[in-house]
Amino acid sequence: MGSIFNMFGPSPIRPIEQHMRKTYLCAKQLYPFFEAVLHQEWVTANTIQEKIASIEKEADRIKRDLRLHLPTGLFLPVSRTDVLELLSAQDRIANKAEDIAGLIVSRKMVIPDALSDMFMPFLSRCLDAAKQACKAINELDDLLESGFRGSEVNIVEDMILTLDKIEHDSDQKLAEIRHRIFELEKDLPAIEVFFLYKLVQWIGDLADHAQTVGGRLQILIAR
Amino acid sequence: MTWGVGANDLANVMSTTMGSKAITAKQAMLIAVVFEFAGAFLGGTGVTETMRDGIINTSELSEQPLILIEGMLGVLFACTIWMNLASYIGVPVSITNALVGSMVGFGSMVLGSDAIHWHQVSHIAMGWITSPLIAGITAYLLFISIQQSIFVKSDPLAKAKLYVPIYLFLVGSILSFITVFKGLNHFDIHLNFKQDLAVTLATSISITILGMLFIKHIPERANMRRRERFLQVEKYFAVLMAMTACAMVFAHGSNDVALAVGPLSIVYSLVMNSHHPLGATDYPSWIILLGCFGVISGLLMYGRKVIETVGSAITALTPSRAFAATLSAATTVVVATSVGIPVSATQTLVGAVLGVGLARGIGALNLRVIRNIFTSWILTLPAASLLTILSYKLLHAFLG
Repeated sequence: MGSIFNMFGPSPIRPIEQHMRKTYLCAKQLYPFFEAVLHQEWVTANTIQEKIASIEKEADRIKRDLRLHLPTGLFLPVSRTDVLELLSAQDRIANKAEDIAGLIVSRKMVIPDALSDMFMPFLSRCLDAAKQACKAINELDDLLESGFRGSEVNIVEDMILTLDKIEHDSDQKLAEIRHRIFELEKDLPAIEVFFLYKLVQWIGDLADHAQTVGGRLQILIAR
Repeated sequence: MTWGVGANDLANVMSTTMGSKAITAKQAMLIAVVFEFAGAFLGGTGVTETMRDGIINTSELSEQPLILIEGMLGVLFACTIWMNLASYIGVPVSITNALVGSMVGFGSMVLGSDAIHWHQVSHIAMGWITSPLIAGITAYLLFISIQQSIFVKSDPLAKAKLYVPIYLFLVGSILSFITVFKGLNHFDIHLNFKQDLAVTLATSISITILGMLFIKHIPERANMRRRERFLQVEKYFAVLMAMTACAMVFAHGSNDVALAVGPLSIVYSLVMNSHHPLGATDYPSWIILLGCFGVISGLLMYGRKVIETVGSAITALTPSRAFAATLSAATTVVVATSVGIPVSATQTLVGAVLGVGLARGIGALNLRVIRNIFTSWILTLPAASLLTILSYKLLHAFLG
């Protein structure tokens, strides 16, 4: 009895949104984290790093659930592969945030004073990209409501354009900060320089991955 | 037998309504009771006729009414067993399929295949294939029209205020079409075409006004955010949905209850006037009443649980989608019933839901479940036919 009700399968839209919100929440922690690191408050930094790791785990749980509940027999308004690709793209942001915090804590990395004035604006720009991606993904339920057509699509397209602009901006900031590191090269130990390059590259990756999420969302809409 | 219809079939028909949470479980039960009765009483005559005389050529049996009585009882037993078995193992089956399968099984076994109106049977079978198709296409178009006129616009709420009366009128005209055209005939009021049209129009307009009154009472905040506007639009559709649910249950009552009592009415007319059993075209209303009571008690005892579970479950069905699917299904069933073709309300509804899904309207549809549903309907035919033959043989051994 009642198996006719089972014909309405579990919709992937809500879990995708939840996952993105978790992902952004995870990335957002990097801001207070680096404030603590710049002030050399290692206790605070450690707690925040643990928090990031635990939020990342929660996001992973949502990801796993969604993958399990998306069997091939499901008839979706969007392509199943696109949903899964979008999910992986989102997942990469959370993973990268965890990697960044992990690297800092395990190496007890100190950001040189010469970098500190550029560092926080650069970080917050990258986080802006993640925030914008989260905002766009949260439009998915309204997109479903409007059947992936009309003015709702235009609104999301605009959001994705803004996301691209933010990412471009963060790329410029990355170039500047790399140049500053280059100028510092002779004053710092080689290994420190190597990891500084790596660190800013990873932070830049946050914005890149956010842009990928936007791109995936666009593909998803334009089926 | 009709108990099984109530538990299985009627609950299925309410599935979209409850899935969209447009109405509460209590309201659903009320609608089900009132409109099931109304549908069976006012709408069902044509289908019962088909069931009685359309499938088997009963005239060959006018000399031996006992065989026919045994046969019909066999049909009833077989369908009851099958419906309850299906409810027990959890597959939704269609009473229409079971009954036609049973009748054909009985006819071909006892009377030989010549006695079956294959022409009529093929019409019915065609109806089973076309009704979900037609409902699906209608639902697709209806949903696209809602989407294009309301949801894609930059101000969906203003557009909804503009267009919802039109959809209300659509529901109203279907509700009044089925009640006026069918119901008035039942009370021996025969109007000419113009009068019919005028009455239908008047009823539709009053239903539209009634619906607008309901909608006016929905509280509305000024300066809503974009997201809240969508929710507000869905509240409008919830009103539409509630009215469509009435039409759907009415259609179900007129089609399925009438079908279920078909064999019983044959038995009754044979027992009462065994001299000329086939002259009787009228059948007593207590038979339908009995059928209704069965259906309602089935729904109250068993379907209630289902409706309440569905009402509290999370489904990705908003009132606008449910409305598009249900209205299309109801219309298809009503039209089919009025030409005397017994179609399955459940099958038609599943077809309509698929139609909305194709228009990218539903979060996820489980195709595997839908395939199982259709398979179980096809399986019903041979199963019901075999069960009928079996129970006929048993009855024959005991009585004859």
